[in-house]
Order: sequence, then structure tokens, then C-alpha cells
Amino acid sequence: MDMKKLIKTAGPIALLFLLLFVLEKTLPTTSMLFVVLKKGAIYALVAVSMNLLNGFTGLFSLGQAGFMLIGAYTYGILTIPLEAREAVYQYFDGGIVSFTVPVLVAIAAAGLVTAVFAYLIGLPVLRLKSDYLAIATLGFAEIIRAVFQWDKLGPVTNGSNLLKRFPVFTSTLFPFAVAGVCIAVIVLLINSSYGRAFKAIRDDEIAAEAMGINLAKHKQMSFTISSFFAGIGGALLAMYQTTVQAAAFRATMTYEILLIVVIGGIGSVTGSCLASFLFIACSEWWLRFLDEVTYIGAFQVPLLSSGFRKVVFSVIVMIIVLFYSRGIMGTKEFSLDALFRFFKKRFGKTKKEDVAG
Amino acid sequence: MLKVNNLKINYGGIEAVKGISFSIEQGGIVTLIGANGAGKSTTLRCIAGLIKPRSGSIEFLGEDITGKDPAAIVARGITMVPEGRKIFSDLTVLENLKIGAYLRTESLDEDLKWIFDLFPRLKERSWQLGGTLSGGEQQMLSVGRALMSRPKLIMMDEPSLGLAPLIVRDIFEIIKEINRQGVTILLIEQNANMALKTADIGYVMETGRITLTGTGYELLTNEGVKAAYLGA
Repeated sequence: MDMKKLIKTAGPIALLFLLLFVLEKTLPTTSMLFVVLKKGAIYALVAVSMNLLNGFTGLFSLGQAGFMLIGAYTYGILTIPLEAREAVYQYFDGGIVSFTVPVLVAIAAAGLVTAVFAYLIGLPVLRLKSDYLAIATLGFAEIIRAVFQWDKLGPVTNGSNLLKRFPVFTSTLFPFAVAGVCIAVIVLLINSSYGRAFKAIRDDEIAAEAMGINLAKHKQMSFTISSFFAGIGGALLAMYQTTVQAAAFRATMTYEILLIVVIGGIGSVTGSCLASFLFIACSEWWLRFLDEVTYIGAFQVPLLSSGFRKVVFSVIVMIIVLFYSRGIMGTKEFSLDALFRFFKKRFGKTKKEDVAG
Repeated sequence: MLKVNNLKINYGGIEAVKGISFSIEQGGIVTLIGANGAGKSTTLRCIAGLIKPRSGSIEFLGEDITGKDPAAIVARGITMVPEGRKIFSDLTVLENLKIGAYLRTESLDEDLKWIFDLFPRLKERSWQLGGTLSGGEQQMLSVGRALMSRPKLIMMDEPSLGLAPLIVRDIFEIIKEINRQGVTILLIEQNANMALKTADIGYVMETGRITLTGTGYELLTNEGVKAAYLGA
């Protein structure tokens, strides 16, 4: 890579981290902005991993929440400090896992364990196509959720009780760094010859097969890699929430991520990232005021009450899907160059007219 | 080069090919003509490894390749230009071509130059998405993509399908050009007139059987073929 390109890529990333650092130093730590940034980064990673599967390989899978669950549990189980185990596993005699590993090792392990599960699930499931695959993966996600709450596995998973007291992050920089590295790896994969093969499979399975692409092998690869990163996303989510409970990883979580992928644009990595922050900001922050009973003078603003936020949010989503049916980015990628070009095209002309006038 | 021996293929619950035998000599153009549902495409897809035969054998350069998977067959030097072009519409022209060489690890610069010499239009449009090309250009891309695997034998399934007559002529010129450069060609066509004029050897297929064999000229002048396929 030549210097110019390197600066162009590394520059904005360095700026972003500097900005985050400054924000952390200046804003109060309770600011909603940090909630959005932290959760947004985590969801961005999971959305991009789902996009790798749904957008780039054309495999409609709805197992994301299940894989995040495995990642979250793996992280929790491997990192709860030994002295806290007695209290956390109070119904299971302190559990049977009697060691801990460093945080980064546990995050990697979360990815690997999830990938192993995904590989095994993929063997039967990936023979299915389109809707059937979606239903089967959704089913497996539900099975995973049930199994992790099973009492017999309590010594490992703590049954249906919370996992807690594992190391968490406080700085926004941490999820950004981990998610950033993971997304960069996914982007490199998408741009490699494997990525091309995935896209070929998405566009036309028969032609791809006729070109000598082994369908089963590549689908399995995409599925396993996607789940690996979903597992890492799960580990980050565990750290963000500070506790983990299997019951929280419902299909709703998968739908949220699917929504992000669709809004961002199926087949656009940057679209998924943008949509992730927008989604979290809307659902957790910007629309909060709709949930509060508000008075203007003596007049109570109608409709504003607890839960109304979700109604408005749904309407916004419907509008987006109706009018931007290919998502914010379609299959394009966001780049600064393209942004400048866009503004030049839009506003360049008016400027010239101003000069003339 | 390619020897097909008593090949029987079941497809979609029926016996689509009922025991056919034919052979292709190195460097030639061989055509398989016949009506819809005669089993031509099924035969081709079976040689490409996309479907498995029920019985019979396929031999390529002295090696038995019956029932091998498509990747193994592409690696041995047989590629297919599928019916209806089947280009990857959301990939650029260049990416489409690179996919054609998916199993190869060496540098592709020379191959790309070769393809762009054969099809200058593709060079002009190398950054365009495959789906935005015209029908004729898509067919050229489909042929180019197949050539990227450096095949010894290239099998074309109805390359003239849905194209304007002038473009069909271009496509057949290109088929001859590729053949002159040393690639053996197996051509399936409903456009029997063009196919037989281009081919050295022709086979006529009817409901899963080969009913007639001859040189292109012989078949062109055969009364039965004329009546059934040439509309004369």
C-alpha cells in the first residue's frame, strides 16, 4: 500500500479515536452519547458479521442472537474471578470451571467457541436454502437459548441465573478498538478472492459452481466466520451489560440486527455501521422525549406517554423501508471522497451562480 | 479428447438421457443439436459435474472423470458457458472474469490481456457491474469468464439464446476465433443452421438419444435434419 492511501485510511481512524478520547475527557460519563457509542459499536460488529452472511454470501440466516449468546457466555464463564465464583454460582457449588483467562484471550475464545458451534450447526442447516435456512437457524438459536438455561448444565452455565462480576470495560475506546479490528478483518475478507467467491454464490449458485467454487465449503466458511464475529460481539455485549442471562438473547435481538442490516443496505459494510449507530441512537436516546408525559403550559401534549417512542420508531422504520428500499447505502460503501463528490455535485453549482450574480 | 460412453442421466424424476455415446477430438468444434427437452443441456451439465449420471462413463484425456465434482472438472480443463449466460450481475466485469479463474493461483495479467484482446468491449466496461451490460456483452463476458480458467475444452450452452441476429453472428465469429487459438469446443444450439455451419462434427439428439451423426455439412444437407431443425 502506498503512503497516500495509508494516510487516507489511517488518518480518519486516528482522528476518530482522538475525538472519542477528547469526548470522554470532557463530557460527563453518564451522557447518553456514550451508551449509543458503546452499544452502537457492538451492534455494528454484529450487523457487519450478519451482512457478511446475508448480504455478501446470500445466506438468509437468523441465528445471530444464539451465536452472540454463546460468545457472551464463553466470555463470562472464562473470566469471572475465582474468588467471585462461589457467590455467582451459589446454587452450583461455585461451578466446575476453576480457572480464568485474560480478557483478550477470553474474547478470542468467545469467537472460537461460537465458530465451533456454528460449524457443527452449519453441517445440516446449510443444505437448506432461503426461507428454510432462516427458519432452521432461528430454531437453532432458540435451542441454544434453552440449552444454556438447562439446570443440568448449571455448573458451567449457571442455569437460568445471571453470570456477573466478570471484567468489563468503562472506556468507549475499548469496544471501538475491538469492533474496529474485527470489521477491518471482515472487510479484508470481503475484498479477497474468497469474498468474490461469496458474492458469486450470492448472485448465482449454479454459475458459481460451474466456475469451480465448492458451494458447501464456501457457505460453511462464511457461516462459521460470521458466527465467530457474532460471538465476539456477544462477548462485548456481555461486558457492556456487565451481566449475562440467556433469557435476554431472544429472536428480537436478531431482528434488531437484521433491521440494522436492512436499513444500512444489504451488502454494505459502512451502511451497517452507520445504521447501527442511528438505530441505537433513535431507540435509546433521541426518541426518549416521546415517552414522557409533557405539558406545554397547562396543555398536556396528546399521545406522549410511555411506549409511544416505539410507535414512532416503527413508523420511521416503515418509512425508510418504503422509500429507501435498498437501505441508506444500498450496496455502495461510504467514503470521504464520495461524500465530497456528493456535496460538490449538490452545492457546487449554486456557488458558481452566486459568483455570477 | 473427451469420450462419453453409454451415458444415462436421470433428471427431475425422468430419464432425460437414455444412453448416449460420442467423442470429441482435440482442436475441433463439435455441436449437439436438437429440440427442447432432447437432453442436450442435461448432458452438458453432467460432463461439467453439476449433476451425477446414473450409469455410463465420461473420459477426458484418458482419465475417468465420471461423477467428479465441478471444481475437479474445471481444474482438469473443462469449463462451461451456462445457458442464459448466468453472469454475476452485482460484480464488476473484472470481478466476473477473476471468478472464472478462481481455482488458479498464478498471475492473471496475461489472461486478462488475452480476454480484453478478444473482447475489447469488456475492457471498456471492466468497472461496470455485470448486470448493466447488454445481452450480447453479457454473453461475451460469460465466454470470457469461462476462458479465464484456461480450459482445454469449453462447453457452450445455447450461446445465441435471446440475442439479435447480428450479435449471434459476432458470437459465432468469436467461437471460431477461440477455436483457432487451440481451444476445443462443444456447442449446444437450437440455432441449428449457425451451429452446423460452424462445427466440424454434429450430433442430433432426440428425446435422450443420439439419432444422427455426421460432419456439419452432411447434417446441413440431410433431408431429415432440414425438415426437423432448419425449417426448410
